[in-house]
Amino acid sequence: MEEKPKAKLDLNRMPMPRQDPKVRAKNFNEVALGYTEEMALREANRCIQCPKRPCVNGCPVYVDIPDFIKAIRDNNMPEAVKALKSKNSLPGICGRVCPQETQCEDVCSLGKKGAPIAIGRLERYVADWERNHASNLTAPVELPPSTGKKVAVIGSGPAGLTCAADLAKMGHQVTIFEALHVAGGVLMYGIPEFRLPKAIVQGEVDYVKALGVEIRLDSVMGKLATVDELLENGYHAVFLGTGAGLPMFLDIPGENFNGVYSANEFLTRVNLMKAYLFPEYDTPIKIGKRVAVIGGGNVAMDAARCALRLGADEVHIIYRRSKVEMPARHEEVENAEEEGIIFKFLTNPKQFIGNDQGWITAMECYEMELGEPDASGRRRPLVKEGSEFIIDVDVAVVALGTTPNPLIPSTTRGLETRRNGTVVADEETGKTVKDRVWAGGDVVTGAATVISAMGAGKRAAASIDAYLKGK
Amino acid sequence: MYKIIAKEKLCPVVDLMEIEAPAIAKKAKTGQFVVVRVDEVGERIPLTLADWNAKKGTVTLVAMQVGTTTYKLSCLNAGDSMPDLIGPLGLPSEIENFGTVVCVGGGVGVAPVYPIARALRQAGNRIITVMGARSKDLLFWEDRLRSVSHELIVTTDDGSYARKGVVTEPLKEVLERDKQVSRVIAIGPAIMMKFCSLTTKPFGVRTIVSLNSIMVDGTGMCGCCRVSVGGATKFVCVNGPEFDGHQVDWDLLFARQRIYCDEERHSLELWKTRQCQHA
Repeated sequence: MEEKPKAKLDLNRMPMPRQDPKVRAKNFNEVALGYTEEMALREANRCIQCPKRPCVNGCPVYVDIPDFIKAIRDNNMPEAVKALKSKNSLPGICGRVCPQETQCEDVCSLGKKGAPIAIGRLERYVADWERNHASNLTAPVELPPSTGKKVAVIGSGPAGLTCAADLAKMGHQVTIFEALHVAGGVLMYGIPEFRLPKAIVQGEVDYVKALGVEIRLDSVMGKLATVDELLENGYHAVFLGTGAGLPMFLDIPGENFNGVYSANEFLTRVNLMKAYLFPEYDTPIKIGKRVAVIGGGNVAMDAARCALRLGADEVHIIYRRSKVEMPARHEEVENAEEEGIIFKFLTNPKQFIGNDQGWITAMECYEMELGEPDASGRRRPLVKEGSEFIIDVDVAVVALGTTPNPLIPSTTRGLETRRNGTVVADEETGKTVKDRVWAGGDVVTGAATVISAMGAGKRAAASIDAYLKGK
Repeated sequence: MYKIIAKEKLCPVVDLMEIEAPAIAKKAKTGQFVVVRVDEVGERIPLTLADWNAKKGTVTLVAMQVGTTTYKLSCLNAGDSMPDLIGPLGLPSEIENFGTVVCVGGGVGVAPVYPIARALRQAGNRIITVMGARSKDLLFWEDRLRSVSHELIVTTDDGSYARKGVVTEPLKEVLERDKQVSRVIAIGPAIMMKFCSLTTKPFGVRTIVSLNSIMVDGTGMCGCCRVSVGGATKFVCVNGPEFDGHQVDWDLLFARQRIYCDEERHSLELWKTRQCQHA
């Protein structure tokens, strides 16, 4: 990095050190290596501590960003941890996967003149510092006396963990019910190790447990017990943070050929079941030579980069619009490009083609063009008639998005759902139309971000707390 | 952890495990399944409940040794525990008084047929059961099935016990002689369920099969278990496991059951080699 003369305003952010693209394309270790102390100090010193603090309002959970940055600057790391964790129970996760560029960093005062403060990188630095230093350096968690009120949280993803942590800090007794055999939800089964190491998630889950939250794994609610049964059996309130777990498919011919995966299955095998370590781990996955991933979101980027790391020769991202419409984070697109993922824009599959053994061998695709903007504000992709062409592939991953699992709504009396399966809940409080039941995160909004789910979990916790205290 | 409180070898390659799982036992219904993970590096596999006891707080699983997970399972004994047992999953069987029902169990499929036959009997049905295995040493639970059936026909492929042949032959004879049969339940290897469905089709008797596809989560999350039924894609884990056998695209099921056959073989060979080194 070139040395800059010390100016009053430093408009260039400290770059994040990363694994070399050629090396990292062959391993599952974390791509971004994190700031050193010097780097963090230099980046923190760029913050002008402006009185308006727009970054705080840019954050869905209102982290006191200038305060933790100031503490870094003052070399008071325990204080930085305290400032960060008073609002955010999962900073190691947020520092890695939040789309800061559209939130806190987007409104940073420095952004008007140059690069905004790298808030996410500093957040990660603080969280990692805490993890790497004996926890006795930071004050132990102080909990208020118990209120004697019991809350059931269904789902241990970002919404559930945040809601549970906040409720525990308010003195309530919280039990999380998790369907899978590990806690963390999408943080464990969805986001890959190289973007969010599972040890980080585990550490933050452990923190939530340290607040007194009980986590019951292997508990498929709706099957093992219904929401109504929880309410009848001693729980004063229930929070639904069950996410959006059902994969959407294209509904085109050949989609059930062997080798065609939903992104959920592909990522769950790799991340949750550790198929990348097969046969040391028992869960297998098909390692394609030529892989196509259909979709343009973060999940598509994750699946493509996993396929590459598993050993594919060529990985294509097939997206029906153009690069500017891609919903994936810019940083992840850039990472994927550097690693050699091939992007095919304005392309959409017509059908999957297979052999007589039932295995996919190719995909027939259309070329697309962009028409007038649709309801989402993005230009509508239209099929170019007669443009069909064939791409040879032996594995395809469909990453079109997900919808909520109907397991809870279908077994709960009096819960209102929309046509897309999402649960109707008040935007501010997360309160559903059902008495004593709140909901938040992807189950309400449809697939969105980790931090927006955390924001919803936080708001619901405040509303549940007000309800329980008013009783 | 889920503790195994009893183990019984039903035949050299089939084990019965009674496992402590009070919450699941309390909620279990006929025809449902559980997902198990046998150790910390284990995969998740579905097993249809062979029985459960709400009072005792246990579920009973019967598994044949075919792959790494079921071999690992067979090495566990009473007193051992497994890390994960998840359920009850899937939709319950339709249990009502249909009149006369033929229950067909093939191989290890005899185990999940038993509680269904029992429930149908309790609902007032006349139960004719056909159970079959490749040979005598692979037969089990003849006594249990006899206890819930008005009539029991046993077959072995090689004729080493009872009637020689496969289950579809007596199934056809029963349908020819008994016009009162209003439903057939067939559970066993996919190929057996396919041929049972083909056998019953000309008679127009509704035929329910319990599909054994590959799964990961078992809650509708991954879609690995998808099958085509009546031309529509269904997930076995949440839309099944029971479907109308006349509507199932069997070739697709066969193909999808073979997705990982190379990897499964490799994994099992490696496990066996390591077992030998330990021994």
